[in-house]
Amino acid sequence: MQDIQPHILVGIDVGGTFTDVFVIDQDTGKASVHKVPSTRGKEADGFFHGLGNGAPDLRAVAAVIHGTTVGTNALLERKGARAGLITTSGFRDILEMRRRDRPTTWGLWGQYEPVIPRSMSRQVEGRILSDGREHVPFDEVGFCAAVDDLIEAGAQSVGVVFINAFANDDHENRARQLLNARWPNAHISISSELLPEIREYERASTTVLNAYLQPPVGDYLATLENRLAENNFGGEFLIVQSNGGLMRAQEAARTPVKTALSGPAAGVYASAYLARGSGFDNIITCDMGGTSFDISLVSDGEAALAAQASVDFGLVIRSPMIEITTIGAGGGSIACVDAGGIIQIGPESAGSVPGPVCYGQGNQRPTVTDANVVLGRINSDSPIGGKLESLDTDAARTAIMDEIGTPLGLDVMQAAEAIIDVANARMAGAIRLVSIERGHDPRSFAAMPFGGGGALHCCALVREINFAGALVPRFPGVVSALGCVIADMRHDFVRTVQEPVSTSDLDQLAVNIAAFEAEGRARLAQSKAQFIDIRTQISLDMLYAGQTHSVIVTLDSALATKLDRNAIKKTFETAYHQAYGQILDAVEPIIVNLRLAVIGERPKFDLSLLAPGDNLTKEDALYGYRSVVFEGKTLNAAIYDRLALPVGAVVSGPAVLEQPDATCWIEPGFLAKVDTIGNLVVTAQTTTGEAP
Amino acid sequence: MTQTMNPVLLSVLRGRLEQIADEMDATLFRAAFNPIIAEAHDASHGFYAPHTGDTLVQGKSGLPVFVGAMAFAVRAVIDYTKKHGAAQRGDVFIFNDPYEGGTHLNDFKLVQPVFHNDRLFCYMASVAHWHDVGGNVPGNYNPSATESFQEGIRIPVVKLVEAGVFRQDIMDILSANSRLPLSVYGDLNGQRAALSLGDMRMADLIDRYGAPTIQAAFDELRTRAAQQMRAHIAALPDGVYTVEDFLDNDGISDTPLKIRVSIEISGENLTLDFAGTAPACAGPVNISRATTQASIYVALKHIFRDVAANAGVLDPVTIKIPDTSLLNAHAPRPVGGYTETILRVIDVIFVALSKAAPEKSNGCAYGTINALSIAGRKPDGSRWVMFSFFGGGHGGNPVGDGLSHGNAPISMATIPPVEILESRYPVIFNQWGLRTDSGGPGAHRGGLGAIYEMEVLDEAEGFLFGERGKYPPPGVVGGQPGSRNVFQYENRQGQMTTPEMVSKMTGMDLKTGARVRLESPGGGGYGDPMTRDPVAVLNDVKAGFVSLAAARTHYGVAIDDNNEIDRTTTKILRSGAQN
Repeated sequence: MQDIQPHILVGIDVGGTFTDVFVIDQDTGKASVHKVPSTRGKEADGFFHGLGNGAPDLRAVAAVIHGTTVGTNALLERKGARAGLITTSGFRDILEMRRRDRPTTWGLWGQYEPVIPRSMSRQVEGRILSDGREHVPFDEVGFCAAVDDLIEAGAQSVGVVFINAFANDDHENRARQLLNARWPNAHISISSELLPEIREYERASTTVLNAYLQPPVGDYLATLENRLAENNFGGEFLIVQSNGGLMRAQEAARTPVKTALSGPAAGVYASAYLARGSGFDNIITCDMGGTSFDISLVSDGEAALAAQASVDFGLVIRSPMIEITTIGAGGGSIACVDAGGIIQIGPESAGSVPGPVCYGQGNQRPTVTDANVVLGRINSDSPIGGKLESLDTDAARTAIMDEIGTPLGLDVMQAAEAIIDVANARMAGAIRLVSIERGHDPRSFAAMPFGGGGALHCCALVREINFAGALVPRFPGVVSALGCVIADMRHDFVRTVQEPVSTSDLDQLAVNIAAFEAEGRARLAQSKAQFIDIRTQISLDMLYAGQTHSVIVTLDSALATKLDRNAIKKTFETAYHQAYGQILDAVEPIIVNLRLAVIGERPKFDLSLLAPGDNLTKEDALYGYRSVVFEGKTLNAAIYDRLALPVGAVVSGPAVLEQPDATCWIEPGFLAKVDTIGNLVVTAQTTTGEAP
Repeated sequence: MTQTMNPVLLSVLRGRLEQIADEMDATLFRAAFNPIIAEAHDASHGFYAPHTGDTLVQGKSGLPVFVGAMAFAVRAVIDYTKKHGAAQRGDVFIFNDPYEGGTHLNDFKLVQPVFHNDRLFCYMASVAHWHDVGGNVPGNYNPSATESFQEGIRIPVVKLVEAGVFRQDIMDILSANSRLPLSVYGDLNGQRAALSLGDMRMADLIDRYGAPTIQAAFDELRTRAAQQMRAHIAALPDGVYTVEDFLDNDGISDTPLKIRVSIEISGENLTLDFAGTAPACAGPVNISRATTQASIYVALKHIFRDVAANAGVLDPVTIKIPDTSLLNAHAPRPVGGYTETILRVIDVIFVALSKAAPEKSNGCAYGTINALSIAGRKPDGSRWVMFSFFGGGHGGNPVGDGLSHGNAPISMATIPPVEILESRYPVIFNQWGLRTDSGGPGAHRGGLGAIYEMEVLDEAEGFLFGERGKYPPPGVVGGQPGSRNVFQYENRQGQMTTPEMVSKMTGMDLKTGARVRLESPGGGGYGDPMTRDPVAVLNDVKAGFVSLAAARTHYGVAIDDNNEIDRTTTKILRSGAQN
């Protein structure tokens, strides 16, 4: 066998519609992107189809890094395992009780279907108090009977959640031992191992979702690993977590709940990185896909992390994840006129199947993409992704006229522009709200559209929000795949402390910090990946006694190595003051949770590798001209091959920049400039026209 | 035909205006000190007409019941300016008078005028639930109050900020009358921050589109909401639909209090007449006219949820409330238990409309807030108070069974986790689960209520403000009622006891180890239970939502020893039921 030094990194993001592949050759510095249709239900096929296009010889591949939606889809479509739950006596309904909420503010018709039905839920005696004392001993016999009972009932996986296990995990540890002995099985989820944090519903939900996902995600990853091995792959196989960091595939199989936002998180991570390369530290990413428009905020170069998210009503996952706000305004979102004569966009979507009317696959109701096609902004002769030969503009026109134009007395172009205007307004509204909720003024940010459709709307978003500008990445359609390649490895830990600063057991805290750090470093050491640095981030969730919202208090390394009450209190006060503009002297600060992340920083490739090559000219990149309708006028827009534009080229609107995975629409009054790493910086011309 | 605005611009402006109100909500939620605002989002913001106070635009994230009441708050301010001189730029008005602005004393209303070119353009308002406003009981749910003076401090409309100058004297009065002055200070500043943001955003919007365009959008949105409501009403069969229901008692004497509504649908008009409702009572279940109107708004919005949130919703609606009834209370009638009465008003509207529009209706939700506080002294002598609202089932509906353990229709608040409660207070929960057979039987079953049983680990005192202990939440369209509320506590003699006022009590004396048990109501059913799919009944039995006995009596479904449907017996049971 020939000896090849592995030198290629492959990022693969399997989305609902497309499987995107980003390949970087570390020796030659060549990057390439590939897009193939996803194979829903048989994701592994799409994965290998894409991989084959990008890197035919796996012996040369050092790492395959994967962003996956297999977990997300299993949750949304309720196609996880038949799982069982064993919990504390009196709390059999821990899932159905939720936090006593409902799905929508208006209307009382909602329902909740737990992933583990009540008939698969068992309770056993044994009770720990909130301070960790044992109140009732653990009934081991009863526990074993419950396990047998669940196996008998066909359980493929089991979750164990005992009340107050965050304070004392003895009973859960014993449960783990008994389970291992009785039912040797990889599919066991123990709440205190996964999330030793106070709040039983959030912990239970996270634990049972993990149990629900272990079999399908584990099987999927095992299939991939086997097929990779069969194809002589000897490198590292890594999975993107919802926090934007990577973990080994074996770890992902054990804790699949941490991959729920795998693909989107990689996209946001990559955006932050690319934006820094272009000199932008503050961006709002706008990922426009087929069914949704996803917004994330990157401030000072760091993507905001949320402590938890709900995948669907009541399906709470508590685990640090990139904060993503989703509204139902994607390319496939359906436009209609409601009974009050108001145009509504979404949340109903045509998705990718049947897709927009212009796809000709059976949908008759107009979508945002249909409007973009009719207005000439999307090239109907060469749709992105290469799945379809051409788009049916006439069918799109008819649908827009029937559903929007005729009811409102508009002609077809007016109606199409109306759809775009309303969609833009919805996106802009959501962006404003996200930034306000985080305490930021959106005007100090730039928009970073990605996904196939985002760049069609970037000028409108700049206008609506007064963004400083927009930054369109060189490969907007494969940003998540790029994110896979550049992401760092990361392991997060949490433990509830729940003690006042003045009396907190700092020695115990130091022991926990050391243990988490050792565990994190050990996990990194198991990986074959190279690291240029290993960092530890330590923070405390703190609040004033009586409050419920905590603030994140980051401990610098000096304070983390030598814990000091006064310094912790001071750091908390600084953080609290920053958030709320004041300090409450009379109230005792409480340490709620310890959080620790160990980050293995991977070597970064030179972003200029992504830049356009030499010998390109703007003139050669010009395809020709096409009619595009904008604000009621038919404009003669220049059409460029985006990837053929040289560094420094400036294109003024009206113009359409086309590339295989995305389309960018530059409105009149805007300039787009190709920067040194190939990103497009879009700004309003200084002498702007009058406001509309 | 009236002129209509460009529909595209209208759609955009509607989004922009709602957006501003949403941003105001977000600003307050983030800045508020007390968890009732920060976590439970017990607050709301909007814009109101300059001369009538009519609601122009309302945010989407605010508390439902405030949405209907805030127009009254603005109207109270308008009345004030008529007597004391017009509002000036830089004024902010404040008050909590429930008889003028609706709801109860904890809800502080801040109202600020928006000027454009030195003319009053509209008002903005911010309303939020403050943690403690004095009175006899911490947190202000006092089931034995007979005058509002026992419920807390009452502030009439006054200027908190006068032409840009903050009045520290008003602030001092407010702080001096709360057990939690710091919380008052923080929440008040959060509300002011929300109003400043709203003022700024509205000025930007006026700059961009011009005041006449915004004004035209306000008018058009109202017209369209009214049109939409008229279309909804016209689709219902004409007729008069009368429904009555009862509150258990007023907490002072154990006499049921009737809530009665006659809904008349005539073409595109709808009249709600509350004639026959009980007169104002001694205890705190009275509500003001503003609150009653807010309840009607909430009920209609739950049924016709696509209509925009502005005054147009009530344009085709006529409301008749007898002046002497408990739905039109005047000072100083106690109103602290307003939630219970609101929920009952919503229930009678749901049931009445189910007769006209079964396809839009649902069985009643559990219908009580169950405000339970357990209080005691810590070893250092300081006071602890565990104060929480509890949940119950939602009604069955045309598309499915009701939600189990939901929140009240007037709120989006969540319940604290058991582990948080146990870590903060000397209590331990023995049970925190669903209540079998509590969902009202129906073709679509009502959602289940819950059983919460706790033990106090120290000497304590308990207070409960609940309802539906005697009159269960009704089903609709042939559905049966959910279970009643059942509350018990262990007295000094070690016996489980029910309060004299059923679900209301002050001063429960709890010794160490005493148990407190609440079984909350399920929702009402939808449709005849004898038509429920037997397989669904079997699944309910297997899951333990419905007992074997109830499957037989309520659903006419017999299940054999192998856990399978006994088709023959079921057929007999069901045919018998139809005779």
